[in-house]
Amino acid sequence: MTATVTAPPPTLAATTSGRRKFKNNLATVLVTSSFVVAVIPLVWLLYTVISRGLHAITRDGWFTRSQRDITYKDPGGGAYHAILGTFEQVLLCSIISIPIAILVGVYLVEYGRGWLARTTTFMVDILTGIPSIVAALFIYAVFVTAFGGSRAGWLVSLALVMLMIPVIVRTTEEMLKLVPNELREASYALGVPKWKTILRIVLPTAFTGILTGIVLGIARVAGETAPLLILVGYSPNTNGNLFNGFQGSLPGMINDQVANIGNTRVLVNGRPVSIHYAADRMWGAALTLIIIVMALNVIARLIARRNKVTN
Amino acid sequence: MAKRIDGKNLNIYYGKFLAVEDVSFTIAPRSVTAFIGPSGCGKSTVLRTINRMHEVIPGAHVEGEVQLDGDNIYAENVDPVDVRRTIGMVFQRPNPFPTMSIYDNVAAGMKLQGGRKNKGELDGVVEQSLRGANLWEEVKDRLNKAGSGLSGGQQQRLCIARAIAVKPQVLLMDEPCSALDPISTLAIEDLIQTLKETYTIVIVTHNMQQAARVSERTAFFNLSATGRPGELVEMDETEKIFSNPTDKRTEDYISGRFG
Amino acid sequence: MSERETASPQASGDEPAGAHTGRRPDEGEPLPPPMVGGESIVEQPPEGGEPINWAEQGMRASLPIGSAEPSGIATLRDQAPVVGAGSVGLGRGKARRGDRIFATLTTTSGLFIVLLILLVAVFLVVQAIPAIRDDKSNFLFSRDWTVEGGNLHFGILGLLWTTVLISFVAMIIAVPLALGISLFITQYAPRRLARPVAYIIDLLAAIPSIIYGIWGIVVLAPFLEPVQRFLYHIGGFALFKNEGISRGTVFNAGVVIAIMVLPIVTAVARDVFERTPTANIEAAWALGATRWEMIKMAVIPHGRPGFVSGAMLGLGRALGETIAITLILSKGFEGQPFSWSIFSNGETFASKIANAAAEFNDPKQTGAYIAAGLFLFLLTFAVNAAARAVVARSQVS
Repeated sequence: MTATVTAPPPTLAATTSGRRKFKNNLATVLVTSSFVVAVIPLVWLLYTVISRGLHAITRDGWFTRSQRDITYKDPGGGAYHAILGTFEQVLLCSIISIPIAILVGVYLVEYGRGWLARTTTFMVDILTGIPSIVAALFIYAVFVTAFGGSRAGWLVSLALVMLMIPVIVRTTEEMLKLVPNELREASYALGVPKWKTILRIVLPTAFTGILTGIVLGIARVAGETAPLLILVGYSPNTNGNLFNGFQGSLPGMINDQVANIGNTRVLVNGRPVSIHYAADRMWGAALTLIIIVMALNVIARLIARRNKVTN
Repeated sequence: MAKRIDGKNLNIYYGKFLAVEDVSFTIAPRSVTAFIGPSGCGKSTVLRTINRMHEVIPGAHVEGEVQLDGDNIYAENVDPVDVRRTIGMVFQRPNPFPTMSIYDNVAAGMKLQGGRKNKGELDGVVEQSLRGANLWEEVKDRLNKAGSGLSGGQQQRLCIARAIAVKPQVLLMDEPCSALDPISTLAIEDLIQTLKETYTIVIVTHNMQQAARVSERTAFFNLSATGRPGELVEMDETEKIFSNPTDKRTEDYISGRFG
Repeated sequence: MSERETASPQASGDEPAGAHTGRRPDEGEPLPPPMVGGESIVEQPPEGGEPINWAEQGMRASLPIGSAEPSGIATLRDQAPVVGAGSVGLGRGKARRGDRIFATLTTTSGLFIVLLILLVAVFLVVQAIPAIRDDKSNFLFSRDWTVEGGNLHFGILGLLWTTVLISFVAMIIAVPLALGISLFITQYAPRRLARPVAYIIDLLAAIPSIIYGIWGIVVLAPFLEPVQRFLYHIGGFALFKNEGISRGTVFNAGVVIAIMVLPIVTAVARDVFERTPTANIEAAWALGATRWEMIKMAVIPHGRPGFVSGAMLGLGRALGETIAITLILSKGFEGQPFSWSIFSNGETFASKIANAAAEFNDPKQTGAYIAAGLFLFLLTFAVNAAARAVVARSQVS
């Protein structure tokens, strides 16, 4: 970090007029309080999710059972199907995105030249800004409307690919540009061909940074919902097949349960009872998703700290 | 067998810009030649044409010939990568590969140039190279530690070891001591005297005293005028250059009237 | 890059522990540095500054910012060209086989991306056009939306208004906050505090949007009701008109989007303010400025284009947000009269498509939604391109 906070030299304080001092203090107060204001929703949201979701996920079977045959009137069930679905969709997305994105990053820094490089970087910029719903619409337009396929989990992965690639491309590009020219020169002077230099010297040097970008990219797509709405139906049952049929997912489960959080009155033995099963499950799924995303972010930070120590 | 280097009518370009004009020189095997001159006069540029590193910069190219023992390295069918395997280079700032240990750094050239080497063979070459660079005693107990953990002078000797590990014919050194303190500098200058028994050495330096100390022959480069390309003004035995140069410009530079 | 402290040899951690020049208090001359093997242990590490913390740089690089300038030939961070960039092998002559294969591989990947985007455009346009052609209402200026049964009357005006209104509310809230926070992090907070503060703000970006959605509608909206009621009193004019809707208003959605967009604008602003040239800052101090005056004189003028660009990137994000808005904003009913108020409900491009997603049955109907999606795509693209243009123009001048 290159923050530029330096203390003002001990000036002739007496010459700073009261008015200027007041403005300065006011600015300090406003600036500091803006941070406080921003922290409030964060703390509030996390507190809500944790407090309302905790006993759902600590209940027996949350991580091992699905929502099969569970209606809003029934308690219990778990999120296994959702966790599996999200895991599989993100995994397929990663397998496709990561190699392509790294290669594109390498292209832009080491090989790119002229109109193709400029166009490619422009296209990556477009991908950076594409709303997730539009990416989902595109996959739908190609694979469902045009090719007549049916909705399934792998289409979600494809939409996520469009969202993950730009993150990793940019990170790879920036990290490769950080690798000092001297290392490349040292390798070239040893008579190592360019491709080997990139694969064995440049990329390994930049590896930690690229890895961090990958982890953050995964964290970003794990919580995407728009593709799920368009490209796959939500299934409360466990479906491990990405290529066939509806599939559960954590955002999908949240979305599924939220529809029922208003249905809080049922008759049990003829007596009206107030239930919160859907709300519990919704917050439980939300908490599970947040835990996964936060864990990924923490991993990225740990990589940073470890990297600092060994250096 | 160290090789003789002949430069013939070299015109060196960065894109369309002519940086160095019509340079010709001869360097005898197993000798030390110094390239001196003010900043920006092209001495590093000429050095880099000897191992075809100049053209690595996008848009740069060279006209003319450089011959190693009579073979033109700029001929049509010559692969620059092969040329660079015969010629080693040490840079101004030490640049060991950060992800590799000391051992791996020295072995890097051999491993990355392809071909299988067994461990015993590698061990032998690594030790030999580190001894040749006067670094063995200091690092023999920590060969698998990171190369970047050494001090500046040690890192530069590591880079020298890395360069000689692939058994080049020629060793090019581009201001190898300018980032080092005086004591490390002396250590490297001593090393050069030993290395010249095996390799042809060309060293670029902005330090005239260093040139006088280490080299047998010296080439003085200069810009003919601001904005004009650099040129080789005079090349002769070091003693003569520093005591009784032929060209007035050389004399002006040596006596500090400019530079 | 400005330094906080003056650089010392210890800065890069190169020096072996325990080495230092001793100075006995009663002697004038310092002791000579300890020597090992003919070389002093104490010496300047090779130039190059602080070692790079790759992971931290990786985190900075993965912000959704996009490139600052198109690459002709790639340059390093300090603008020196990357050695060997743009060529297949190294140098003239026929390249080696390995180099040719690898160069082809990477170039093909680049080409793949270009073709991918072109395909996106083509497919979307091809499927939107029939629907637009058969649209009996004006696509751009009507607020109808009937698409069932092959009878197409749809127009995006209502969607456009709601989308823009939500984004407007979000930016009004987020931009001043982002300015304050980024100034706090870069100019006010001591170094040790700045990092955790920045981390906390980045955490806001890590929370998935669906969770903002459920929190927004279940927890925040009830809380905002009294705020809304209070704001009705500003009333009188259309923007704050009471439409009798207490939850799920544009206002609710705007507040939540503001929170979601805040970390993006803050991150860009932080980056820009950190790069304020030290010379400008010190000039302000030397004139006897207070901290706030220094900021007005040095930091903000230099950072304005970057900040504006960051705000526009946040805007682009706000325009495209889907699930949070779908969950929070209440849909309203068929034929609902138009309202200017931020306290009414409605649908945005994204929420309209999301709400209808289950019913994509016939191509014409889907085409209408794709047309809406295409419009959204162009809108966000224009905003993002403008953001980059702002930065590019400021770098030239």
